[in-house]
Amino acid sequence: MPEPEDLERLAPPGLTGEFPPSSVVADRRALLESTELADDLTPAAGGEVTSSGGALRRILEVFVQNRLAVVGLVIIVVMVLFCTIGPFFYSTNQTNAELALSTPLNGPPNGSHLLGTDDKGFDILGRLMYGGQRSLVVGLAAALMATLFGVVYGAIAGFAGGPVDAFLMRIVDVLLSIPALFLLIVLAVIFHTSLPLLIIVIAFVSWLIPARLIRGETLTLRVREYVQAVRVMGGGGTRIVGRHIIPNTVGTIVVNATFQVADAILLLAALGYLGLGLPLPQTDWGSMLSNGVNYAFNGYWWEIYPAGVCIVLVVVAFNFVGDALRDSLEVRLQRR
Amino acid sequence: MQAVVVLLGVILIMFLLIHVIPGGEARAALGPRASQSQLHAFDRQNGLTLPLWDQFFRYVWSLVRFRLGDSVSQNQTVGALIANRLPKTIILVGFSTLVALVVAIPLGILQVIRRNKPVDYALTGVSFVLYAVPTFLLGTLLILWFSADIKVFPAEAPQGQSIGSILGDPRALILPVLTLAAVTIASFSRYMRSSMMEAMTEDYIRTARAKGAAPRRVLYIHALRNAIIPIITLLGLSIGAIVSGAVITEDVFNFPGMGKLAVDSATRLDIPVLLGTTFVATVATVAGNLIADLLYAIVDPRIRYARA
Repeated sequence: MPEPEDLERLAPPGLTGEFPPSSVVADRRALLESTELADDLTPAAGGEVTSSGGALRRILEVFVQNRLAVVGLVIIVVMVLFCTIGPFFYSTNQTNAELALSTPLNGPPNGSHLLGTDDKGFDILGRLMYGGQRSLVVGLAAALMATLFGVVYGAIAGFAGGPVDAFLMRIVDVLLSIPALFLLIVLAVIFHTSLPLLIIVIAFVSWLIPARLIRGETLTLRVREYVQAVRVMGGGGTRIVGRHIIPNTVGTIVVNATFQVADAILLLAALGYLGLGLPLPQTDWGSMLSNGVNYAFNGYWWEIYPAGVCIVLVVVAFNFVGDALRDSLEVRLQRR
Repeated sequence: MQAVVVLLGVILIMFLLIHVIPGGEARAALGPRASQSQLHAFDRQNGLTLPLWDQFFRYVWSLVRFRLGDSVSQNQTVGALIANRLPKTIILVGFSTLVALVVAIPLGILQVIRRNKPVDYALTGVSFVLYAVPTFLLGTLLILWFSADIKVFPAEAPQGQSIGSILGDPRALILPVLTLAAVTIASFSRYMRSSMMEAMTEDYIRTARAKGAAPRRVLYIHALRNAIIPIITLLGLSIGAIVSGAVITEDVFNFPGMGKLAVDSATRLDIPVLLGTTFVATVATVAGNLIADLLYAIVDPRIRYARA
């Protein structure tokens, strides 16, 4: 029988991220949990995590051999540099509304505005850098928050077991069964948007997957000999979870976090499109697109394509890297 | 049983969400200029002065009877609004899922036949990009290319009230259906590919080959029949995602479905309608998961759930 858990291992979870909703990955993970075959996924079966030089170097070797991963990494680095250092070389006014008096509105690309201007007179190239900072910050911060919380939550649930586990995981089930975008819209409407709130709201719909993943792994890890050894030596639950279980799930955590960044950027773009993104004069790539889409029929291509290309490039890049990371962790498993 | 617990949990969360609205539900419904006495009157009329647990039971009971409350921006009940819009969303979601399956399954098979060849790499690349393109961008680009540049398809869905008006203009359905299908195609074809790859390594494939079965027969009879089972599950589990995608798609094409209703009520701060659509979407998701579980056991006789 085609084991669904093996299927899950082969298919990139990245392809089931935001849109292909979280519930897909999560529920396949649920299958995985039930069959206890999950230790295939655990990176190291040693006691404390074995990030010794040799293992790390082999992971890096495999990672570098994967050309797509290198391409992805280069795209990410270039994009981050573009958004952070770019403004020093190409400085534009991205805050003043009276700009509209001095610059052409919806102006096509020319010598002084390399990618033209938008309907409020903002320079598009400068706005890409400025909005990109926010898109990337929200993506990274939301992924980090979701991963941290999800990992701790999942590890506690899996380690505690019994009724505590059942209760904690039912909460995850409930939140996962609300389609992510609906939950996101409701939250964004109830709490008016600002940068920190957007991060929290996106993290709130994203932590469920890491929680399930780590809970599944914890279930298999907590019965390992080295955990029992720690117990015998008098190590408490906090120590076991913090020093032994979570470090051993680090492979899964890193791979999932990479996909989380991509999905968070897509979620932010969707919110921006629905007008629930950052308030002006702030912007992000999704809000820029949403704004440009209003002029789709006027032929102002420079208001649509640049922001669109940025989103697609970054999301594809993070998926490449996540895929390659998983592959290299698996190769390490095979060589073991 | 599990589904009932989940639904009760969802209701509890929605109930909590209503009560954390800054300024309260009355303020959200009546607007910033409502006076204190108006707010009080709203609270009394809607039972908001009752103890919280009492309110919760009333809320559950009303949802069980599918009384979702009244819209605060349109003079209709939430139930009537959704009943009018839901069939149209079902048409959109149904067609696009069908298209996604019809495209994704052969694509996945093709990739297995030509694995690690240029076709395989190209299709993998395409699926990555399709996944990364935000739905609203894809929809807009399709409108730009096929309704603005070359006028093949209309840019907007039919606007009639009845369901017949949607089905009566199939040309207007093509772009929304394709837009919504794109992401599903991306993920399903990836799953199909890995599912087939997995099946091809199984013992029964070796046995079939050893018995001298033709390669085509091995592929289409032995491997495909087994590889397609996880896709059925995946389909059930994807309902929530597809419905989320439908929200954006409907907004792009001004498609008068439930997703558009949700977005419109979000911008109008019509919380009862927003929560009502969320509730219906969640029920659909839970039902999808349940059906997937049941189908899984029916399609694959090797799986039998222990009777509890």
